[in-house]
Amino acid sequence: MTELFMFEKPLGMRDTLPDLYETKSRARSSIKAEMKQWGYQFIATPALEYYETVGTASAIQDQQLFKLLDQQGHTLVLRPDMTAPIARVAASKLLNDDLPLRLAYSESLYRAQQREGGRPAEFEQVGVECIGDNTISADGEMIALAVSSLKKAGLTNFQLSVGHIGFVQDLFLQILGNEERAQTLTKYLFEKNYVGYREHVQSLSLSSIDRQRLFSFLDMRGGEEVIDKALSVVENGKGKAAIGELRVLWDIIREYGVESSVKFDLTLVSHMSYYTGILFEIYAGNVGFPIGNGGRYDRLLQKFGKPTGATGFAVRLDRLLESLGGLQETTPLHCVLFSSERRQEAFAAAAEKRANGENVVLQDISGVKDIDACTSKFSDITFLVGKTGKGPLS
Amino acid sequence: MKEMLTIAMPKGRIFLEAVELLRGAGYELPPEFDDSRKLIIEVEEEKFQFILAKPMDVPTYVEHGVADLGIAGKDVMLEEERDVYELLDLKISGCYLAVAGLPDKKMNDVAPKVATKYPHLAAAYFREQGEQVEIIKLNGSIELAPIIGLSDRIVDIVSTGQTLKENGLVEYEKITDITSRLIVNPVSYRMKDARISELVSRLSKVVNPA
Repeated sequence: MTELFMFEKPLGMRDTLPDLYETKSRARSSIKAEMKQWGYQFIATPALEYYETVGTASAIQDQQLFKLLDQQGHTLVLRPDMTAPIARVAASKLLNDDLPLRLAYSESLYRAQQREGGRPAEFEQVGVECIGDNTISADGEMIALAVSSLKKAGLTNFQLSVGHIGFVQDLFLQILGNEERAQTLTKYLFEKNYVGYREHVQSLSLSSIDRQRLFSFLDMRGGEEVIDKALSVVENGKGKAAIGELRVLWDIIREYGVESSVKFDLTLVSHMSYYTGILFEIYAGNVGFPIGNGGRYDRLLQKFGKPTGATGFAVRLDRLLESLGGLQETTPLHCVLFSSERRQEAFAAAAEKRANGENVVLQDISGVKDIDACTSKFSDITFLVGKTGKGPLS
Repeated sequence: MKEMLTIAMPKGRIFLEAVELLRGAGYELPPEFDDSRKLIIEVEEEKFQFILAKPMDVPTYVEHGVADLGIAGKDVMLEEERDVYELLDLKISGCYLAVAGLPDKKMNDVAPKVATKYPHLAAAYFREQGEQVEIIKLNGSIELAPIIGLSDRIVDIVSTGQTLKENGLVEYEKITDITSRLIVNPVSYRMKDARISELVSRLSKVVNPA
């Protein structure tokens, strides 16, 4: 055995020690329970997929993929998201009776980090996909379920920002005239470069009204009033239809009673080409990065031969935990310390406690070097040591 | 109760210019700051907390959300490519990025070398020009590199050109203009929406008088 690399892990990989593991699994199970109660069925898919199918269909940039070769020389990827694998399974196995499909997952994902090696390259996402339902009700369900799952996990200070990529695309297309110019401007939004956006708009030969429409677009963030603002810059076409969808969505959000956690942000562009309609990001206190996101992706299923719409969302468990702050108290752990004379009695005592739902460690006292250290480690301790009834302590 | 806004910015001249802008935007700031050694300055009346950082680090603080906002040079933004919103051109500390070197010195044909504080940016620039160069990262006194023969060219910011001249260097190409930008963390931009929007609109009136 070589001692090289004993404590090292590949870049971005982390160990999860018991306390963190338990905190994590509690958050995970409360979210999973909520998703199940909303009728989502959990599935699992392999960690490795073909690059040609899932790798290229996923929303993640190529340089963030972990790639490897199988024995036949095919390129494989460690799954960088769950949406593409689920679309693959749904298209090939599950979407047979033309009914909307509600699936959920809780899996580790892998994305190579470009900078600062300490950032996790493996992290867990809990999410849902609603496939084959093109109604706004499905979009609303994503938002309501996201809010209620996060509340179940104990998060209080969070906000969803909802946008509509169809509105952005059509507004830009109406004003700029062609796809390519619209794409250029969208890129500034995607890069969050508003200074560049304004300079670019200024440099285009546009009427002052159109220029003003593009400038005022940057302020389209806030509550319900944003819908009216948006209507004042698009009079017709798909853009207007998109605003109509947002209006219906707002009604749905209100009927779910989650409007206090939701705001509109029409400038939201989470990805250059992946999303096709309503989309959202989830922000929480104490974390500088979005803890989750979601949206409608109506073109993905087509890549797997089933042209149907879909929407979904996912929460990053590591960032959720960061926002929840600190480790939760671990479940109390009882220890039964025994000596060989009273072994059977100890086993019975432990079995009884376990039957009552307690977590019990059985420890032979001759295996413990430092009794004090041992007793301080457990929340409660029972000594079954020495001859029957004459234990030194109990 | 207003919530605290944390703003990261470089020490020294940019800090003073930024404070001047904030005063112009109607924020009540004390007439003088003792910013000689302090790393964090609080202005309780306006609920501001200023973090005084190295210019290159400002976008990092903002990306991680420990600062809601920041003031960073466009040079740093181009070099660091952090995931933050660039909301406003503050039009302070204007300068530009340029390629410079010794006069009448051609790029070495065998192994052209470029020294710079901005390796990422310089690499991207020469790649776009279709030139293969070796980038050498330095942390300061970049002008030294061509003089002692470490590199043929440097990529650095130029404000008056005085430093280049004093070291006997000339400018070859201008890459891009640089000013300081107001940047904001994407989460703060949503979670502290009201305060940040107000700050941006007040500042933009000072920066871009109608």
